[in-house]
Amino acid sequence: MTALHIEDARKRFGAVEALRGLSFELRAGEMLALLGPNGAGKTTLVRALAGRVKLDGGRLALFGRDLAPGSARPELGVVPQELALYPLLTAGENLGVFGALHGLSGERLRARVAWALEWTGLGDRAKESVKHFSGGMKRRLNLACGVLHEPRVVLLDEPTVGVDPQSREKLYDMLAALRAAGAAVLVTTHYLEEAEARCERIVVMDHGRAVAQGTLAELVAVAGLPARRLTLHLERAAAAAPAGFSLGPDGTALTASVTDVAGELPALLERVRGAGLAVRDLDVRAASLQAAFLALTGKELRE
Amino acid sequence: MIAVLFRLAWTNLRRDRVAQVMTFVLPIGFFSIFALVFGGSGGNGSTPRVHVLVVDESRTETSAGLVRMLSEEDGLLVQAKARPANATPRDSAVTLTRERAEALVRAGEAPVALVLPAGIDTSLLRYDRRGEKALVLTDAADPIAARMVTGLLQRATLRLSRHAAAEFGGAPDTGSVDEMLPARVETRTVVGEKRTSPMIAFYAAGIAVMFLMFSASAAGGALIEETESGTLERVLGSRVGMTGLLAAKWLYITWLGVLQITVMFVWGMLVFRLPLLSHLPGFALMTAATAACVAAFGLVLGTFARTRAQLQGVANLVILSLSAVGGSMFPRFLMSETLQKLSLVGFNAWALDGYRKVFWFELPVAALWPQLLALVLFTVAFLALARQLARRWEVA
Repeated sequence: MTALHIEDARKRFGAVEALRGLSFELRAGEMLALLGPNGAGKTTLVRALAGRVKLDGGRLALFGRDLAPGSARPELGVVPQELALYPLLTAGENLGVFGALHGLSGERLRARVAWALEWTGLGDRAKESVKHFSGGMKRRLNLACGVLHEPRVVLLDEPTVGVDPQSREKLYDMLAALRAAGAAVLVTTHYLEEAEARCERIVVMDHGRAVAQGTLAELVAVAGLPARRLTLHLERAAAAAPAGFSLGPDGTALTASVTDVAGELPALLERVRGAGLAVRDLDVRAASLQAAFLALTGKELRE
Repeated sequence: MIAVLFRLAWTNLRRDRVAQVMTFVLPIGFFSIFALVFGGSGGNGSTPRVHVLVVDESRTETSAGLVRMLSEEDGLLVQAKARPANATPRDSAVTLTRERAEALVRAGEAPVALVLPAGIDTSLLRYDRRGEKALVLTDAADPIAARMVTGLLQRATLRLSRHAAAEFGGAPDTGSVDEMLPARVETRTVVGEKRTSPMIAFYAAGIAVMFLMFSASAAGGALIEETESGTLERVLGSRVGMTGLLAAKWLYITWLGVLQITVMFVWGMLVFRLPLLSHLPGFALMTAATAACVAAFGLVLGTFARTRAQLQGVANLVILSLSAVGGSMFPRFLMSETLQKLSLVGFNAWALDGYRKVFWFELPVAALWPQLLALVLFTVAFLALARQLARRWEVA
């Protein structure tokens, strides 16, 4: 079942074309990473889904229902990149305010606030002003404020930016709990290892459109990268690379692409030995999301 | 090293237009406005004139001559006719009576009235403490007006009786300076005569309204903070629309304003014996209308400014200017006529006029309708403008 359907989304801000026909789907119950360089259009998409940006063209649908700008979308929970909290209010008060603004009241609001405090691990800090919280605590509370109303789809814009590894783990554990409860999660991030480790599928955006989407293996294939890369570290610098290898800049490393490590490795080592070179060490690495991302979006700096 | 830091600061200033405006334009703006309010008009014909109601009960050639000469004085605006108390718009002005003139002074329509009673012409230039006295009915809030009218009346009398004055040279038979003057004058305060601290009522309202504007602009500026923190985006992404958000803020700032003015007046009552309890209905109406209007004004400033720095600069300029022109710093009746009329484009002048009617002239609540109507209209206009300006935060 499709939770979120984005089809040919287009948006222009003056001379800048933020979205140029972006299309992809978020399936019910999955966690999808939306990757892209700065200015790729990720935040514009999140704001359009939240009803804060009106598309120039294209279609957005939530569980099959078209989303018109300004229309209510209670199935959606949006967690902004900024720590959108009231610093002078306590954690409990912030939750109470945002819960009420999303239509919760009475016993249900109290129950959801209690759940959120427990879920974020802030139960013992519920009555403290948020301004005294650490970055990680604020991030957790920021997340909780966006999902109090039990949305079926959660959009997170850079949810782990600026927090330590422990807080990141906690945040992803919280997201896993949301998924376990049945929510679909769309997360934009620059942390590729998070996307690789935590998300089933990845959409790579660039210049306002999706340049690739799928699992890591599918992205690697789309990017035209080898599945594995073999690196041989030599005892002494070589003058030339044997057939099938590339020579590193200082001449002490040879690299080659391999698909079947066990089958191809003996022949490659024999070829090196035949060229009179001595191998000190070797390593074999699977193609990374980083490599696929750079291959898909290029190395050019984005402003 | 010092040169590098100096250059850094100068470069920052050169690239920050708001800072440049605050540094160079704002002081010029303030200087011009304050010069206009406090420094006279520079001889452009709008010098402050004292508005005086003249009642000629004597109706003789001499009294008519006095009225004519007073009318020719540059410093006086002489009014000898007015519409009756319960006149309809079609009724024309009639010659003033003593009672009508006193009522008009009490209502704050003019700061002073001069009554030339029957027989005044026989008491001029006698210097024997006999005969009828001219009566000056005055508002204690404007002590200058009565003294000016009295002095100009003496001059008019001397001019009218130039020959007699020229012949006068003997020593008076009394030690009183008053008895040396050609016209006998009695001054009677008809408004504010029992006030223990006459100016408190003015300044309590003036200061309260000025600081209310500052606190309303700060509260309106919360929109900018919320934009920067992302909470505005989050709130607008919930079930609350921009109209609901502005309405909530307007109600809150209005409530805050009511509290602020009340605290100010209660302090005035406790410390300076401001008669708050005896004027509660008028105070409540004026305070509610003023707070609502100032709150809407604060929203305009908050939705207009893009940054905190902009808000601070614009708020300082607009609020201090409105306060100067509107009478928070300097009573409006002491300003030039042009400026007095001009100041009515600011809502605070209407608010101060209303408080003045309540606490100074002690007029009934019904007399507040022009001020209340003006404040309501200003409020509606401000709210509409703020809503329009807030469109930039809505769907992009």
